[in-house]
Amino acid sequence: MPQVLLYLLAKVKKLILHLKKQKKMKEIMTVYYMEAKSAGVGGRKVAWITSGGPVEPLIAMDVIPVYPENHGAMIGASKMGVGLCETAESMGYSPDLCSYARSDIACATVNGGPIGGLPRPDMLVCCNNICGTVLKWYEVQARYFDVPLFILDTPFCHVGFAEEAKRYVRKQLDEYINFLEKVCRKKMDHDRMKEVGKLSLEGQRLWQAVLDTTANRPAPMSAFDAFYHLALIVTLRGTPVVVEYYAQLLAKMKDRVVKGIGAVPNEKYRLLWDNIPIWPRTRWLSQKFAAHDACLVADTYTSAWCGTMKYIDENNFFDSMAEAYTRIYLNIGVDEMSRIVVGMVDKYQVDGIVMHSNRSCKPYSLGQYDIQRIVEKERGIPSLMIEADMVDERSFSESQVATRIDAFMEVIKQRKS
Amino acid sequence: MLTEFHDALKDPAAYGKRLKEESGRKVVGYFCSYTPEEMIYAAGAHPFRLFGTGDGIHLADAHFQSYCCSLVRGALEGALAGRFDFLDGVVFPHTCDSIQRLSDVWRVNMHGHFHLDVVLPVKLNTESAKTYMTDVLEKFRSDLEIKLGASISEDDLKKAVRTFNDIRGSLKRLYELKSENPGVVSGADLYAVVKASMIMDRDRVVRVLPGVIRELEKRRGTGEGEEGKRLVLAGGICNHPDVYRVIEEAGGVVVWDDLCTGSRYFEGLMEGSGSAIADLAGHYLARPVCPAKHSGLYSRAERLVEIVKEKRAAGVVFFFLKFCDPHAFDYPYLKKALDEAGIPSMVLEVEDRLPSEVQLMTRFETFVHMI
Repeated sequence: MPQVLLYLLAKVKKLILHLKKQKKMKEIMTVYYMEAKSAGVGGRKVAWITSGGPVEPLIAMDVIPVYPENHGAMIGASKMGVGLCETAESMGYSPDLCSYARSDIACATVNGGPIGGLPRPDMLVCCNNICGTVLKWYEVQARYFDVPLFILDTPFCHVGFAEEAKRYVRKQLDEYINFLEKVCRKKMDHDRMKEVGKLSLEGQRLWQAVLDTTANRPAPMSAFDAFYHLALIVTLRGTPVVVEYYAQLLAKMKDRVVKGIGAVPNEKYRLLWDNIPIWPRTRWLSQKFAAHDACLVADTYTSAWCGTMKYIDENNFFDSMAEAYTRIYLNIGVDEMSRIVVGMVDKYQVDGIVMHSNRSCKPYSLGQYDIQRIVEKERGIPSLMIEADMVDERSFSESQVATRIDAFMEVIKQRKS
Repeated sequence: MLTEFHDALKDPAAYGKRLKEESGRKVVGYFCSYTPEEMIYAAGAHPFRLFGTGDGIHLADAHFQSYCCSLVRGALEGALAGRFDFLDGVVFPHTCDSIQRLSDVWRVNMHGHFHLDVVLPVKLNTESAKTYMTDVLEKFRSDLEIKLGASISEDDLKKAVRTFNDIRGSLKRLYELKSENPGVVSGADLYAVVKASMIMDRDRVVRVLPGVIRELEKRRGTGEGEEGKRLVLAGGICNHPDVYRVIEEAGGVVVWDDLCTGSRYFEGLMEGSGSAIADLAGHYLARPVCPAKHSGLYSRAERLVEIVKEKRAAGVVFFFLKFCDPHAFDYPYLKKALDEAGIPSMVLEVEDRLPSEVQLMTRFETFVHMI
């Protein structure tokens, strides 16, 4: 084995040892990224996959899944988005394009960002159930890295999931397996796939249970905590570590509920968050709302990774994936989205909604005004629209947002008094 | 001779209304060049393509953010203002994220006409996508039959395939005439013919176009010496006939395009494969692809370079609608492919209105002098 690889392995081991003493989530994620970055050493393949894509077959094939969107969120949270977005713009990408895509495309060419770039992919798996942007983004990366691209095309469900669409997606799942077998040069172990499916569903149930604890007053955690804990259900769904992590987290949250410990010390007002977080400003927003004794108790974003469990057949995970992955939150009509939001308003007993109108995400943001109107009409609660971007801070005006939050909280307070 | 086309475009809604009254046929609005308009025609109704408005957008602001493209915002504006009240139905094909949400917002807010989604595949180059495309077309056929209270026979479909093949073939012939002898027709006139062909009575269009071809053939040789720098216009939808005039005044001439209101609409004839649905499916799978769809990683760049070479063009003008993500994503790679082939290009991004004429002229003149 070349000297440099041995050195790298030693370095990884040392780091893993060091991290065992640290916080659990950080440890898991760091080990995960270190493993992914040294995948070649262990002979494992790396697949880049979209956040809404079916990761379970990758896990079953022992492929390491890597998420450019999660990377985009990290870039945003570490406030490195503006620089990378500007790099993408100098490459010819319009500043109006998705900032996850812009920062990731730029990062691939400069190996910059918070973790020095993502490990090079052996293949790309793009599921368009979240947007059409990922199709373009993955085409860019497939050309850049010159690696095979698999597209899982999940027809949009405006008013339902059509029979012909169901057949089409189901057929593509077989094509997906064929694709993986070809790239990995080995057969899929279907028994292993079943196990992974069970673990995935178990992880989703636990994650939903964790989110459910915030229906309590005070909520033991906030949406901002959920944004943090979300990483595992996105990236490692279908592995035991996710089940273990969320089981522990659930126990912790239940304990807080029993003890009456809230995420916001003096929770008086409960709010619902809509859209992807404004990653570089989550801490600021969290503190801003907490200062008004307001807790964002739930959100439409983190629940997207456990929102289609009703379509999953525990004993036939593989077949039922077709429906579960096609009918996710962003692949349905705004009227159905409104019904889900109304359901969350009731479930979490919220006093108002905070909507992030996210320049980067058209499927999430276009239609928000109508959802806002429908929910206001059906439940009579006020809502606030914040114009911003999930990564690119140039679209965030702190003073303007602060003023609007203050005014919105005044309305909420008056209504509650 | 071309007055009829220009008239139809002056006020498309008035044209549609009049056609409806005079013919007694139902009028079905649709978006994008991916709506299988042949099916609407086969059902005995009139397919009427909807474009954005260049006029002020106010009503739509209550539904769409400012970072939504003017095609989508403008179309909704037209609907909310009641300009499309004469339509019996509207069809939304699956193309981009914005058209997708336009369908949702339209369904929630607009009533009084039927609403159909044609959820086409996004990926076009696989067997399963082909099967799905065929299934979707069959579904569209039965949906339309129900909504229009009509039945669509195989003969109806075959006639539709013939009619649209003829229209598209004629439009292509007009483009060829323009490309061979740019002086025979102005860019703005040709644009009007193509765009009006997506609005006007297709039985009329199919009869009139051969006369236009004959007229242009006669004009050949008369416009010698007027030729400007040969350019290709590439982008999405073009709603701005003035662009052609300004390019011509700046010393250029558009000899071909890669637009969905241009060559992407008429390229790819439907082959006689035996079944009309199979012909339709084949067409929509194989026609020059919109960047919102996938048929290979390099197909769009290869085609653009090929167009430039084949039409002996000196450069490419990218003409983009602001906030159109699919086109914006493809731009760097298309530009790179052109650079590698030694083809100069410039990019012009417009919102609902063109930049000032002075500004536009300066940009085009600079580009034309450079190449």
